[in-house]
This record gives sequence, structure tokens and C-alpha cells, in this order.
Amino acid sequence: MEENKRLVKVPTMADMMANGEEPEILFWVGCAGSFDDRYKRVTRAFVQILEHVGVKYAVLGTEESCTGDPAKRAGNEFLFQMQAITNIEVLNAYNVKKIVTACPHCFNTIKNEYPNLGGNYEVIHHSTFLQQLINEGRVKIQGGGEFKGKRITFHDSCYLGRANDIYEAPREVLAALDADLVEMKRSRANGLCCGAGGAQMFKEPEPGTKDVNIERTEEALATLGAGNGIIATACPFCMVMMNDGVKNKDQEENVKIFDIAELIAQAEGLTK
Amino acid sequence: MGLENIIFLLVAALGIGLFVWQIRKISKNINMGRDLELANNPSERVNKMLLVAFGQQKMFKRPLPAVLHLFVYIGFLVINIEVLEILIDGIFGTHRVLGFMGPLYNVLMFVNEILAALVIVACAMFLWRRNVTKVPRLAAGVEMRAWPKMDANIILVIEIVLMFALFAFNIADLKLAELQGREVAGSFPVSSAFMDLFGSNEATLHTIERVGWWIHIIGILAFMNYLPSSKHFHIIMAFPNVYYSKLEPKGKFATNPAITHEIKAMLDPAYEVPAPEMDAEGNPVVQRFGAKDVEDLSWKQLMDAYTCTECGRCTSVCPANITGKLLSPRKIVMDTRDRMEEKGEHPAIFDPAKYGKDAGTERVKVAEEELTLLRGYITPEELWACTTCNACVEACPVNIDQVSTIMDLRRFLVLEESAAPASLNAMFTNIENNGAPWAFSPSDRFNWAEDLYVPSKN
Repeated sequence: MEENKRLVKVPTMADMMANGEEPEILFWVGCAGSFDDRYKRVTRAFVQILEHVGVKYAVLGTEESCTGDPAKRAGNEFLFQMQAITNIEVLNAYNVKKIVTACPHCFNTIKNEYPNLGGNYEVIHHSTFLQQLINEGRVKIQGGGEFKGKRITFHDSCYLGRANDIYEAPREVLAALDADLVEMKRSRANGLCCGAGGAQMFKEPEPGTKDVNIERTEEALATLGAGNGIIATACPFCMVMMNDGVKNKDQEENVKIFDIAELIAQAEGLTK
Repeated sequence: MGLENIIFLLVAALGIGLFVWQIRKISKNINMGRDLELANNPSERVNKMLLVAFGQQKMFKRPLPAVLHLFVYIGFLVINIEVLEILIDGIFGTHRVLGFMGPLYNVLMFVNEILAALVIVACAMFLWRRNVTKVPRLAAGVEMRAWPKMDANIILVIEIVLMFALFAFNIADLKLAELQGREVAGSFPVSSAFMDLFGSNEATLHTIERVGWWIHIIGILAFMNYLPSSKHFHIIMAFPNVYYSKLEPKGKFATNPAITHEIKAMLDPAYEVPAPEMDAEGNPVVQRFGAKDVEDLSWKQLMDAYTCTECGRCTSVCPANITGKLLSPRKIVMDTRDRMEEKGEHPAIFDPAKYGKDAGTERVKVAEEELTLLRGYITPEELWACTTCNACVEACPVNIDQVSTIMDLRRFLVLEESAAPASLNAMFTNIENNGAPWAFSPSDRFNWAEDLYVPSKN
């Protein structure tokens, strides 16, 4: 097996600059993608796809820092701007033009809130980027791969969907799997939040009758019906919330949560 | 000009004058808000207004109320042409002055009568939904105190009475014409079916025709003057509110430029901070970070409050509200209006001081100095329950931005009072120290890339 695999050395912007090169895209990993054990697997899957199709990319590595999104949504505009202005200095120093990220919160913040502070980039969420790779034929999943016919429901991230009107890209990516895609009743513009947005991820919920992720998980489980199924997400926070929800319902044996990049990487046989 | 015309002129002038006086109060209230430049892209704004306000686009997310509402809305628009005729007839003592339009007038009166009948049906169904089936979003919620519930019923009853008055006027007019052997301009499918309802006594019919006419016209003037006190004010405010609504993606939250200058000056001592804005007396304007009270919100956020028709679509899709938290986006908007009228001017009928403590749902009790929008009306617990998911903004048929108000109130809690929940303060500290919301070492940020393999291509 070993001889069929090659070790990836993920290039940083500093490496690129030292070699006098400029990448096609900067992959903005985000805090969850860097530190959260579950989401690191998504980061790795996405890099495997980039390596596989031969996109010239780089990451910031240890020079990356929080975009400031959780601070801003929690009302700490000062801390947000501190983070944003420092990040923009780094990005501009490397002359970054195009950014791809697997986190809708990073995506929204850099795309919509950095321009006012001097950061102007073309920002693409990985769902849109994967959709482009599929449309261009650079990712072609032969016969749908291992998820063919599998029941999958996509949970819309608020910061991808309502916040930025991206509903179709992740669904088109999933369509490449030739799976049995089922929609929850509350989907697209009417999608129900996982409960993590607006910095809720970092605090206990206010008292209520139920947690939001349980409400959403119940809907997803009902949509998937009996038997095995997959809840597909495109956001690190949604992934955590849905995972917790499925565990709470004792369904982790039957229902798996995957990011769309993981599904593509697996279907392409890149993760073996 | 007869006595009746003079009385009419006086009544109309009084009604319109009172309305203008009330509108000025409301515009004064809205102008309590901060300045905000929202004049860009007029063509995009007009399109949005045509689609969302005029075209009722977002109403159709829920088909049944959308269709019923459409009847009342089109009825309101079209019947207003007959109201114009009534005004002219009233002033000059003419009778069906627009009758000269001939076939067009026939069509107009025909459509009018059909719509008037549909308005009665729709309003009756609305009353049913509110009072009998008690559709949860219309009946439940702490913000649905006695006044909002009564207000909705008053409006529906007035609309039904107005339509009946119009029919009474038409029926009596038709019967009189028949008895007198004269032609009546127009075509009246509903009234002609009830021609004999009021008998054949000319004097009685004449009285009914006049009473119907007067009830309709006085009813409309009263209705107009009731609007500023009512949720029904949306029939006017929906248009400017959609025109000035946010054109950028919903995920883009406002940035405070004052903070940008402060940070840039901190990072670079050579950075020149622009001179602060001066007020009329030449003192620098001290701006609060975030919002504590209504005057800290922008005029658009205050306009939102006057546009709200309390339909509760926002609250019914709010993830926090669905799962039993205190937050209700509709309450945020209604509280903003109530506080504005408590602090500023209040319209002729509705005075929040009189209705605030009704129906056993008193507001939170706070000390005198805390009687501001924040805490006096909206509690931090409500604000912290928001996931900023924008479901409320998406659901609102008149493009109210509930999230922007919630965010401004949150900003005040954090920036001016350092009153964030402890776990959020810990998150802030992590970002400051580690560049991540969790307590991980920044030097570990790139560890995910270790031992990563891909299949080699042969």
C-alpha cells in the first residue's frame, strides 16, 4: 500500500513567497479546521482533493488567526476589528487575491466584512469551489462512488444560505455522488439553524424547552427515515451540533455526519 | 354648494389635518434615530419595493394568508379610486362624477364590488383565525398583550363595516334610480342582487344612500387617523421600509468606523484619527458603542418598528423561540415602537403608558434609571438567545431587520458594560491570546497537516 501513496507537504504562503511563487488560491483553514479533531478530518479531505486535482494552493499555517467572527456576533466589535485588521495586514502582505475556505463563518466575514477594513479578495466557499471542480470535470466520481443510492440529507448553514444565498452549490456537489438526496421540510431559505451561530457555539444556551440542535436533529432523522443515512453539512459548527444531536438521540451507529468535502474525497478514493 | 357639502369639507379637512399632525409626530420619533446614509442604488431599491412591497412577494411563503391578504390589499388599492370619486362628489355635490368614463367605469365598479365582497370574506376569515382557531403566531407570545390583539380586531371590523357601508350606498342608489327611471353609471354585480333589500320607499332609500355614503367617508377618515396608533400603519410604511432595506448580503453586519480609527491609531502611532463630529453647540458628539435606547438605533431601525404589522412570522421561524427561549424577534420590534412612543411622541389613540401594563403581562420591573429599551423593555437573556441565523429577516414580508437591532443592543452590553456571559468573555480572551476561540496554542495551528497522504498517480 505504502508505495501507492505519497506524503503531502502542505505549502504555506511563506514557502511560496520564499520560492518567488504565487498560489492560485489561499486555503483559509479556520480555527475549527485547525484545532477541532473532527473538523481537522474535513481540512485534510479538502487538501487531498486539492492535491488530487493539482490546484496550486497554499495555507497561512501558523500565521493564520481567528477572522473575528465569533467576537463580532457576540457584540465585541473592538476585538473583531483587531483580528480583522491584523489578518488583512498579513493577507495583503502576501498579495492574496483569491481565498477558499471550508467555514461559512470565515467565508462570510472575509467576504462581507473585511472590504470595509481594507481587505478586498475574491472569497469562495468550498462548496462553490467543489462544484466548480466537478463542473470542470476535474473531480469525476466514477459511477457515484461508495455513496451511490445512499440516503443523504443536506443541512443548510445559515451563514452560507440565508446570509449569502448559497443553496445550490452544496446540493450540486452531493448530486455528483448519485445518492438518494432527501430534503428536510425546513431547507434552503427556510432552513432551521443548528443552534451554534451568533457565538452560541461558545456558550450555554438560554433556558428553554429544548436545545436547537435537538430540534434540528429530530427533523433530520425523521427525513432520513429508518435505517442508515447521512447528514451532510458544509460548516464546522453545524457539524458539531448535528453530531451532538445524533449522539443525544443514540443514533450515531445509524446516522453519520459528513462534510461535503469528506464525501467527495471518500467517493474519489482519496482517503484510503 | 349646499350645507351637506360644507359639512363634508369641514369633516374632510379636520380628518386630513389630524392625520398630518400625527404623521409629523411619527416622523419626529423616527428622526430620534442615528443618521444612516441609505440613498445608494435607487433603481435596485425601486425594484425591490415593487417586488416585495407592491408585489407582496414574501407574503407567498404562506399561501392561504397570502391570498386572503391579497384580496384586502387589492381591494384597498382599487376601492380607493371610488373613494376619490366620493371625495369629489362630496365637495362639489356631484353624483358619481367618474361616470363619464363609460365602459371603463362599468369595469371599475364591477371589480370594486367583487373585491369588496372578497374583502368581507377575507376579513371574516382573518377574525376567525385570530379569535376562533387562534393561529399560534397571531395569538401567543408575551408581546401579544391586550392592545395588539384588540387593535387587530378593530381593524378587521372597521374594514368589514366600510365594505357594508359601500354596499348599502350602492344598493340604495341603484333602487332609487330604478324607481325614478334614471340610468346609473356603472355595473354592480353584488348590489344588484340585493336590490330589494331596503324596500321601495324613496325617502328611506334616500336616507340609507346618504347614511351609507357618510359612514363610508367618515369611516375612511377615522380609519386613516387610527393608522398611526395601529399595526395597520404598515399599509403606508411597507413601501419606504422596503425601499430602504438592506441591499447587501444578510450576513454582512454593520461596522463601526469610530472603532476602526481607534484600532488603526493603536497599531500605527502615525495614523491620523479624523476630527470627531460636532453638534450644534460645537461640542464633539459622543457616540455610544452599540445601542442602549431608541436614539442609539438608526432611523431605519426605528422605521422598522413602525412598519411591523405584528404578524409573527419572524417569531414563528426563530430557532430560539421554537425551542422555548425568551427571545421573540417580533417583541424586539414592538418594544422598540413602544419605547419610542414612551420617550418621544405618541399618536392620538395609542399611548403606551395606558396600555403597557394590560392583560396581566407586565413588563420586567426595573429601576427608574434602567427604564431604557435595553433592560426596561428587552432583557439581556432575550438578546443572548439569538443565533443571528436571519430566519426572522428572511421571513418578514416588509423587510424588517430584527437582527441588526439585536446586534446593536448586544454591542452595548459587551462594549459599554462588559456584560457578556462569562463563557463568551473566556472566548474573547482565547481569541486575544491564542488567535482562536478555544484555548489552543497558536503554534499547534498547523498540526493538522502532519502525516497526510494522497494516492499517488501512476
